[in-house]
Amino acid sequence: MTQALSSVDPSSALVDPDERRGGTGTARFVLTKVAEALASIVLVVVLFFFLFRMLPGDPVNFMIRDRPTDPRMIAELREKLGVDKPMLRQFVDYIGGLLHGDMGQSYIERRPVLDMIGERLWPTVLLVGSATLLAVALGLWLGVRAAWRRGSGFDRVQTGIALTLWSVPQFWLGLLLLVGTNGLFPSRGMHSPDAAPDFFSQGLDVLHHLVLPCVTLMVVFYAQYMLVMRSSLLGEMNADYLTTARAKGLRDDLVRRKHAVPNALLPTVTLVFMQFGMVVSGAVSVEAVFSWPGLGQLVYEALHGPDLPVLQGVFVVLASAVVLMNLVAELLYRVLDPRVRTA
Amino acid sequence: MVELRTLRSSGGRRGSRAVALLAAAMLLAGPFAVPAQAQQGKTLRVALITGIDHLNPFTATLAAATQVGRFVYEFLTLPSARDTQPTGGIAEKWVPSPDKLTWTFTIRSGMKWSDGQPVTAKDAAFTFNRMLTDENARTANGSYVSNFASVSAPDDKTLVIKNKVPQANMLSLDVPIVPEHIWAPIKDLNDPKTDDMSVVGVGDGPYLLTEYKKNEYVKFKANKDYWRGAPKVDELQLLQFKDAEAAVNALKQGEVDVINRLTPTQFNALKSEPNIATNTAPGRRYNELIMNFGVQNNANQPIGDGNPLLKDIRIRKAILQSIDTKTVVDKVMSGYGQVGGGTIPAIYAVNHWEPTGADKVNFDAAAANTALDQDGYAKGQDGIRVGPGGAKLQFRLTGHSSRPFDQRTAQYIEGWLKDVGIGVKQDLVSDDELNDRTTAGNYDLAISGFATNPDPDSALSLNVCAGRPNAQGKGGTTATFFCDPQYEELYKQQLSEFDAAKRSEIAKQAQARLASQAVDVVLDYDNVLEAYRSDKFSSFTKQPQPDGVILEQSGYWGVYGATPAGASADSAAAGSSDSGGNTGLWIGIGAVVLVVLAGGGFFLARRGKTSDDRE
Repeated sequence: MTQALSSVDPSSALVDPDERRGGTGTARFVLTKVAEALASIVLVVVLFFFLFRMLPGDPVNFMIRDRPTDPRMIAELREKLGVDKPMLRQFVDYIGGLLHGDMGQSYIERRPVLDMIGERLWPTVLLVGSATLLAVALGLWLGVRAAWRRGSGFDRVQTGIALTLWSVPQFWLGLLLLVGTNGLFPSRGMHSPDAAPDFFSQGLDVLHHLVLPCVTLMVVFYAQYMLVMRSSLLGEMNADYLTTARAKGLRDDLVRRKHAVPNALLPTVTLVFMQFGMVVSGAVSVEAVFSWPGLGQLVYEALHGPDLPVLQGVFVVLASAVVLMNLVAELLYRVLDPRVRTA
Repeated sequence: MVELRTLRSSGGRRGSRAVALLAAAMLLAGPFAVPAQAQQGKTLRVALITGIDHLNPFTATLAAATQVGRFVYEFLTLPSARDTQPTGGIAEKWVPSPDKLTWTFTIRSGMKWSDGQPVTAKDAAFTFNRMLTDENARTANGSYVSNFASVSAPDDKTLVIKNKVPQANMLSLDVPIVPEHIWAPIKDLNDPKTDDMSVVGVGDGPYLLTEYKKNEYVKFKANKDYWRGAPKVDELQLLQFKDAEAAVNALKQGEVDVINRLTPTQFNALKSEPNIATNTAPGRRYNELIMNFGVQNNANQPIGDGNPLLKDIRIRKAILQSIDTKTVVDKVMSGYGQVGGGTIPAIYAVNHWEPTGADKVNFDAAAANTALDQDGYAKGQDGIRVGPGGAKLQFRLTGHSSRPFDQRTAQYIEGWLKDVGIGVKQDLVSDDELNDRTTAGNYDLAISGFATNPDPDSALSLNVCAGRPNAQGKGGTTATFFCDPQYEELYKQQLSEFDAAKRSEIAKQAQARLASQAVDVVLDYDNVLEAYRSDKFSSFTKQPQPDGVILEQSGYWGVYGATPAGASADSAAAGSSDSGGNTGLWIGIGAVVLVVLAGGGFFLARRGKTSDDRE
């Protein structure tokens, strides 16, 4: 960190004093934020390690249930997994591994946690990404229109619908859609075993599987974008610059689209990024209902046992996603809104 | 600034158009993807509710994963479909030596691995020797070989296994025999490559692995050269579900053909569905109520915080008498179970013990009340009995909070015990928490349960002294913490008794001895509840016959014997024309949606352009 700081100095000597102040200001801001993010992640790693150790259960017992196993075999298994070592020793091993990019081995599946997370990451990003995209688009569109016609029938009906859907349990909505669509869409997984192996068929097959989980997530999530957009646009409604724009003779539609919305968009941008970090964990129940092979499902499975290395690994990844997205939002906010930069 | 806004807003429009296209593509993908399924011939699709960890039979430990090994690799011998007694697999004959320490198996001639190599005694010897010498090879089935002294193959047809002490379960070794020429070059059995088709794709069982999509499905093709004859279906698919309701829905909609582990509610609902047949069979699992009788670890040190009053066998017997196991079966299991007896479930009729005469404890609250009165546990003012030292007969009752069986049974038990003046405080917890509490002896009463195997050893070993956890509180496989010299003696006897009739007699005595000490109440044996598409499959080979299970057998009989419905060709044609109709409809709807979206996008874009110009 100190190296990075000092490397800024020599080059800054060559530029215009005014710009230099701005440059180091930005650099300091960015570095502080990055350092804060890193500190959060370290805290998360330490906290989760000890937190998960408080979970009840014995992974070895989980592994041998329903199978005849003699005590010697159990001792062998315990030693192989390293669960018989003192907790502090396990912690040191874990941190040592992490620094080398090794998240350890799953107790239950006995393979590297990193591999397991790797193969689950893409399905979750696909699901959550497409659902967020659709939810943001729908939410913003409805939010802008609801705010512009505040108190109208459209506003009241749409706000009501959004709030109702927001409070519906995801798994229930998912099951309802499954039953309601009557076999039109597949009810499990991401791939059909019968799809042709070529790229086009595989792509269509994944899209086909994506419909229901994605719609479920979108329908539950769009409300928050709609409401934030609606309220921040309402805050701009009586601003003088809008009156000016109207006075220039601009059409109402144009006033909204070109003047009001861009200014009201800022809180929503922050929300989108913050939610994107959180939403990965929010997909747990939807992934379970649709047997979507993502990270949420991995958490759900790892809780039985419990499979501590997997839980730790996933949570470090999820927490890092939240921290990272917050960082991006903070930095982006500075770019988007000049007022933040000068403040 | 204006420029920036224009960029942003047109970007937004482009974004919303992309979203619309994505949505349209998703809608369209549906109809196009459907015919792919209808093209298949005779495919058996099984819904899996449990996970798969590995395909490598040495390291596959989860229940569904061990099933995969059973379909792909023939066993030495295996429990028969008819009555679960040992029948030949790779071995066609076997004979123990007079001292019962050496077993000689004669290997069947003419069997071939799917790559054309012959199956020989050397493959079997390799499999067992690998398990004896490589720790990783023992991960899944190590306990079967822990008593092996040596394994050899003097020639291609003869396998000789020497035991350290006589071992009665030598004919039910649940160990898949793998081809030596494939597995010998593999040094590290934990290598992820051991799950690849180039390794596990070579088998000699009824089905051969063809594709594995992790966390999603496993695909097999029928082994046309299988020594018992090719299966009647061409393909087998195991499809993973994480949600039981979604799996039931998939069966109703014809996405899967067979499903198991249904709850009584799901099962009853499926009974009235057209084209679905249900199957209920005696299960291999028993549920019990265990009582903390003053439990000890395997160093015989008392552990846990159990109520000391339960050390009194008279109280435990009164509890036994107050529990109406018939109501458990009728009300909790909706009749889909059998009233409990010994710890070996009734499905294994040969070894199952059913209490009779003096051993039989009938549900009788009045008698339990009288007995407790006589034993000096008088009822207090609140109706709860009080012991000699003033301690109340008030017990904690724990169980799995996630299991409907435990939830409902706990309600009944609380009511029944209240009737005899015993207070119960329910405290159901998560599976892992329950496991922690029972292993540490921190319970008074707990609802628990175990799945068993055809060999009596599997159920009997759950109550031996050595199964108790060690001084560090680890390694427990005990069901009740029972440790009784008489039971131990009977347990050892059955292990080395090779006469099936005599062994079953000893097994029954051991169960009777356990029951006489009133450390547990066997509540019921759950029925297995399964359902399948009767429009696609007419029958499956059940184990045992005629009223056994289809899936989760000890062996591969169910999926091997799957018989497609007689009119399978017709119904398949009807099915595809059906989905064809749907396809047409949805292509139509999809096209309309696409046109509307594209048209709308075009209109918006044009309008945006003109208003930009106007500004």
